[in-house]
Amino acid sequence: MHKAYVRLERIAGNVVAVRAGDATYRELAQVSWPGGSSLAQVVRLEGDRAYLQVFAGARGLPTDARVRFLGRPMRVSASDAILGRVFDGAGRARDRGPAIDDEVIDIAGPSVNPAKRVIPRTMVRTGIPMIDVFNTLVESQKLPIFSVPGEPYLELLARLALQAEVDRIVLGGMGLKHDDYLYFRDTLEAAGALARTVAFIHTAADPTVECLLVPDLALAVAERFALRGHRVLVLLSDMTNFADALKEVAITMEQIPSNRGYPGDLYSQLAARYEKAVDFDDAGSITILAVTTMPGDDVTHPVPDNTGYITEGQLYLRGGRIEPFGSLSRLKQLVNGATRDDHRPLMNAMIGLYAGYRETLEKRAMGFRMSDWDERLLRYGVGFEERLMSLAVDLPLERALDVGWRLLAESFEPAETGLATALIERHWPGVPA
Amino acid sequence: MPNVGRIVAVSGPLITASFNEPVVQNEVGYALLDGLRLKAELIRVRGDYADLQVFEDTIGLYVGGQVEFTGEMLSAELGPGLLGRVVDGLQNPLFELAAASGHFLPRGRYLDPLDRERRWPFTPSVTVGDAVLAGDALGTVPEGQFLHRVMVPFDLEGWWTVRAIAAAGDHTVADVIATIDDDRGHTREVRMLQRWPVKRPLRAYRERLRPEEPLVTKIRIVDTLFPVARGGTFCVPGPFGAGKTVLQQLMSRHAEVDVVVIAACGERAGEVVETLREFPELIDPRTGRSLMERTVIVCNTSSMPVAAREASVYTAVTIAEYYRQMGLDVLLLADSTSRWAQALREVSGRLEEIPGEEAFPAYLESVIAAFYERGGLVSLRDGSTGSVTIGGTVSPAGGNLEEPVTQATLKVVGAFHGLSRERSDARRYPAIDPLESWSHYLGVVSRSDVAFVRALLRAGHEVEEMMKVVGEEGTALDDFVRYLQAEYVDAAYLQQDAFDDVDAATGAERQSAVFGELVRLLRTPLRLDDKDGARRLFARMTQATKEWNRCPWGEASFDAARERLRALVAEVSPDA
Ligand SMILES: Nc1ncnc2c1ncn2[C@@H]1O[C@H](COP(=O)(O)OP(=O)(O)OP(=O)(O)O)[C@@H](O)[C@H]1O
Ligand SMILES: [Mg+2]
Repeated sequence: MHKAYVRLERIAGNVVAVRAGDATYRELAQVSWPGGSSLAQVVRLEGDRAYLQVFAGARGLPTDARVRFLGRPMRVSASDAILGRVFDGAGRARDRGPAIDDEVIDIAGPSVNPAKRVIPRTMVRTGIPMIDVFNTLVESQKLPIFSVPGEPYLELLARLALQAEVDRIVLGGMGLKHDDYLYFRDTLEAAGALARTVAFIHTAADPTVECLLVPDLALAVAERFALRGHRVLVLLSDMTNFADALKEVAITMEQIPSNRGYPGDLYSQLAARYEKAVDFDDAGSITILAVTTMPGDDVTHPVPDNTGYITEGQLYLRGGRIEPFGSLSRLKQLVNGATRDDHRPLMNAMIGLYAGYRETLEKRAMGFRMSDWDERLLRYGVGFEERLMSLAVDLPLERALDVGWRLLAESFEPAETGLATALIERHWPGVPA
Repeated sequence: MPNVGRIVAVSGPLITASFNEPVVQNEVGYALLDGLRLKAELIRVRGDYADLQVFEDTIGLYVGGQVEFTGEMLSAELGPGLLGRVVDGLQNPLFELAAASGHFLPRGRYLDPLDRERRWPFTPSVTVGDAVLAGDALGTVPEGQFLHRVMVPFDLEGWWTVRAIAAAGDHTVADVIATIDDDRGHTREVRMLQRWPVKRPLRAYRERLRPEEPLVTKIRIVDTLFPVARGGTFCVPGPFGAGKTVLQQLMSRHAEVDVVVIAACGERAGEVVETLREFPELIDPRTGRSLMERTVIVCNTSSMPVAAREASVYTAVTIAEYYRQMGLDVLLLADSTSRWAQALREVSGRLEEIPGEEAFPAYLESVIAAFYERGGLVSLRDGSTGSVTIGGTVSPAGGNLEEPVTQATLKVVGAFHGLSRERSDARRYPAIDPLESWSHYLGVVSRSDVAFVRALLRAGHEVEEMMKVVGEEGTALDDFVRYLQAEYVDAAYLQQDAFDDVDAATGAERQSAVFGELVRLLRTPLRLDDKDGARRLFARMTQATKEWNRCPWGEASFDAARERLRALVAEVSPDA
């Protein structure tokens, strides 16, 4: 049995120090005191002193708290029994269900050997045209959703959780408002989608340290599911809260900040999580979509900036829509050649014309006279926004492509689209084949 | 009796150990844990304590745990069989590791980088009694398309005499193939396999030469405007998504060199997977053999331990220097040097060193300079030359080139290929900024033509800026044409379609011919009545040139496409 210690030598921020010669690096300890108890993790060893990060925070912690080392790192159950359940950032049940302790695995395990990865070839269908048609999501892809507070990014995540054609959804909430958590839970429940979902939710009211554990819990479970052959989609929100928790902890550990207070290892910390996205050569896959709110709507802020250097493209959610410019799925060309013959050319033609619409909007705002061509661009642009771009639209890829052709036909002559004649003959509405 | 110390502190990848026997800066130590041996490097000594960076996850280490010091510096294994390998930063072969350990990278598991069983047909090139120096060939074995030189160990000093040499026949890398001695009574058995400390430059050559000859990358904007030299250095800074990795991937495929060493340093595993799955299937047009046969991949992707990331670039450059030593031209591509610098920063922070700008250590500049200095063109003792050309990407925070890693790199490289967000957003690939980039090296086309086009690009840019203020109507026709000409050069020559088989790679001769032709056409006086006419002409010329770019060099279609382009210009030339 592990020894207990009863004298804290130092309390600063969420970190306490205790004289404990037999502690091992990163193991867990149970800290208990008359007013409560919390898990804690060894974050540094120095002589016979062990520094522990207390998950529940050190508020109200007496110096004679009892510290019992558990001889193991943080673990989580990855059994199928966790489906439909909601846990918090310390892995405790957040719903009223029982604790689950079978098939427990260590979190934050080692990296996948690149030799066991394959080049991804499978599209993840979401029913959201701005993704399926224009920024096709690929199994094993990691994509952030860059946005700002106030945008409907949680609605977008909820729709992805309901509609994405995958086997399992793992949801990680960091610093969520409690209402948002309830919205999520109720939406999934109402749609009957809870059964394929497991959620790890840290709310803004919970201790900061628990926020840090959410991605590791979610991804450890996802990894185990993927090894069992499942196609797993991990939805995370908000990674900026995660980064801010890192910052807070680093500062209390007196680490020297590198950029706007963030620790020098922000890139490595984020990458360690995002790189869990994988397509195994002989098992399933993990795909990650992670909301990252941009402080001050500034993409050069350290959190979105480091994220962009890690992920495989990005989606911008602005004005309630996935913005066609700036958004990019870097992996889309791996899959969008094999969907339908018109997919790539139609995508390019539509975006080109939409860029024309945006220019026309500017010209109109500056008071220029609108030509017939301008009027048609305007009609097209408005139609595009309403019938494809709106987050309310839910269409399978093929139907979305058909809508695209109709939008073109309603405003343009075939030749004005720049599309190849052969394609026009096959797909132009109303033109006999 | 191994020299054993005791752990007194653990913090992230850093451990501190007490020791009694002498230790060596940068020697390798192993932290022992439940039968595992975790590799580490000694990076600082203070009093009776040594700080070591551990190349593995340190979870589970404890105060009082043992550290075994080896007395040997962190070294790479060198010998035949390196080509085609995929290894991690410590030279663990990843496919073999996957076969042995499954999906994940287990810690403390180190496999031999070189196959100990494989037999190589050895041909001696010296005889008993010959006098040799470090780096001299004792014989050769065929490796892929090359004759791999088996060399006198690089750490030897002075003259040595061959006392025994293996006859022609098959040997493993561990067999003794020669015995040599010197006049101070030392004897040394030589094997094909030798080790070299990765942080020490390999200097067994006669002298360093000035890099002058262009290294053809087949990227037009590089070879024509911002060339790279054999044995030179260059850097590619750019914001995320601007195309750094794609550019390096193109160079690793098409560059005219013998060996390519790819150091995937702290970036995405998925990108390495693309290379390691595709290269075995791709044929190198120069040799007719698989591209993998000339490639070595050293990969320490972003989620692998950070200390090993720091080691990986040194492992890669050591392998590059080793093949240079055989008279070969080697290209080392490192993506991204910023991640390597960040690894230095993370460890420096744990050491509580006084930080410099953006918390990077004060020695950042000298470390970067020393790394690029390992590139170079050298002459060897047998009269041949070899080269290591180093190209590193830089990932500046916020895309801002004023940051320390970019600045330190710009001071030491010979060419700068700056990628711009504006160009990549406009899908003008490769997004190398033609106005900001520079090179100190000589290119593959006529220098006066280059000067002409540089001036044209600048002038076109000025007109473009002016038009933003005065509009197209306020711009004179001549100025407007200059703007269109600059746009034409950009679209039809500087931009290159990475996904078109022909356009993706343009050889030197073709660049010279096409560039010369474009300059001739641009110098032709034109009879243009108005801006719309000018716009139409250049749109047609752009279209025609792009089609020309897709015609294979030396085929009839190539000449036909050139004639179509000429005809377009002839229509509006006054002497038509
Ligand atoms: N030469 C090119 N031709 C066509 N597309 C390109 C080219 N270069 C880049 N791209 C597009 O840009 C995307 C990003 O390129 P790349 O991965 O090279 O960026 P990067 O600069 O390495 O970014 P990061 O810093 O995030 O690693 C590619 O996935 C591709 O869609
Ligand atoms: Mg890259």
